[in-house]
Amino acid sequence: MKRLPWLGAALFAAGLLVLWQVLADRQFISQVFFPSPSRTLSELYRQLASGQLWKPLEATAFRMFYGWALASLAGVVLGAAIGFSRTARDYLEPTLEFMRPLPASAVIPAAILFFGLSNSMTVAVIAFGAVWPVLLASVHGFASVERQLMEVAAALRLSRAQLFLKIAAPSALPDILAGARVSLAIALILAVVTEMQASQTGLGQNILLAQRSFRSPELYAGVVTLGIMGFAINQAIVVLERRLLRWRGSHE
Amino acid sequence: MKRILRGAVLPVLVFALWEAGSRAGLLPMDTFSRPSDIVLAFAAGVSDGSIPLATWLTAQAALVGFAIAAVAGILVGVILGLSPFLERTVGPSIEALRPVPAIALTPLTLLLFGFGLRMEAAVVAFACVWPVLIVTVAAVRGIEPRLLEVAQALELAFPARLRKIILPAALGRIVVGLRVAVSISLIVAVTVEIVMNPRGLGYGMIIAQQSLQPALMYAQLLWLGLLGWGLNALLTRAFGQWHGAFGPGVSP
Repeated sequence: MKRLPWLGAALFAAGLLVLWQVLADRQFISQVFFPSPSRTLSELYRQLASGQLWKPLEATAFRMFYGWALASLAGVVLGAAIGFSRTARDYLEPTLEFMRPLPASAVIPAAILFFGLSNSMTVAVIAFGAVWPVLLASVHGFASVERQLMEVAAALRLSRAQLFLKIAAPSALPDILAGARVSLAIALILAVVTEMQASQTGLGQNILLAQRSFRSPELYAGVVTLGIMGFAINQAIVVLERRLLRWRGSHE
Repeated sequence: MKRILRGAVLPVLVFALWEAGSRAGLLPMDTFSRPSDIVLAFAAGVSDGSIPLATWLTAQAALVGFAIAAVAGILVGVILGLSPFLERTVGPSIEALRPVPAIALTPLTLLLFGFGLRMEAAVVAFACVWPVLIVTVAAVRGIEPRLLEVAQALELAFPARLRKIILPAALGRIVVGLRVAVSISLIVAVTVEIVMNPRGLGYGMIIAQQSLQPALMYAQLLWLGLLGWGLNALLTRAFGQWHGAFGPGVSP
């Protein structure tokens, strides 16, 4: 009985795909817009087998990673400053509050002015868009260090640097990691967006080119690849979180 | 008072340095423009009606997409929330779709709908439906079982049950999902315009950048920031009241 729900879910998904396949084969739905799953799969297989998939995948992954790393660094540093110091908060918060709801893609035109249609432009935009979750999370993390821990630190006469490294940073880590996970998802989306806009090699550009030449199986293959990538990245961070936060287990 | 002043220091300083730097010829005009020109460009854009029109086009696509996502998300969410069997069966297929970046679908929607409102709204709807759906499923599942038993005892038909019991009981939490979706809708609409769709503020910025009118581009960028900030402030206020009016305890 325990295995039944899993089976049902698999049957449902398979049923949808088969329905799609049949409708496409019988030409009830246009092959141009909805190519049958088998064509998408064989396209995906072709890209895998010929090694064509790796270059754009790698380009998108690196772009995403650099932007995300930059965003995480900036987010943690700013977040620590704001969460730790009342003064820094007063000075920085209103400006950041104004910038935060700005759609990251809206800074693309400005970024193009400064960096041209280049890789640095894409990384800058990704960093701008991905910084907010990690920033907010680390502000929260650093601002809500337990009182008792702070008292312990005061009793031990820790210096401010020691307090930061030994007490504040570890206790803010869960928040930071949760923020970083959201940031990474945003970074992937922005990597795709900036590639489309700046014609940089990558999965986003692949999808755009496929659409322009009406190669719809390739388009779908690209979308599927991105979906798998998004899923895999999320899983990877969940695993990383569990590993890094193992020390917390005994508390709960 | 001191906090407000401190918060104003950074923006005032940036704009003053910006203006002074460009007047002194330190900042190249074709990338930086200057604040006074930006204000003039904004005034010109407002008086000739181009910025209000672009704002309306963007808002329209965001609203239509949001409305579709809200209706679809709540409807499917209620059904999945009420039936654990369906949730188990359909859930994994939905989870497989969710990590697909909405923007990756723009080429596909372009194939389907061509340029215009429909493709933009479709992408917005795809992006917005997930928070609504997920929150609705959780909210409906969290409804006090006795309420549903009452509905059963009263032999209410499904529409009446939905209107009189389920939605009122779950609304407090569904609103949270809707609030997230509203913010996403504006972001996605602008992104689609920047990447592809020739309408609205996003397109306006791209055109201003490409036709070497950085002042107009910055004017639209700052205007967009103001819009996003205003929307956010409005939602926080409305949402806060909602939560207060609803009070705790109705939905766990």
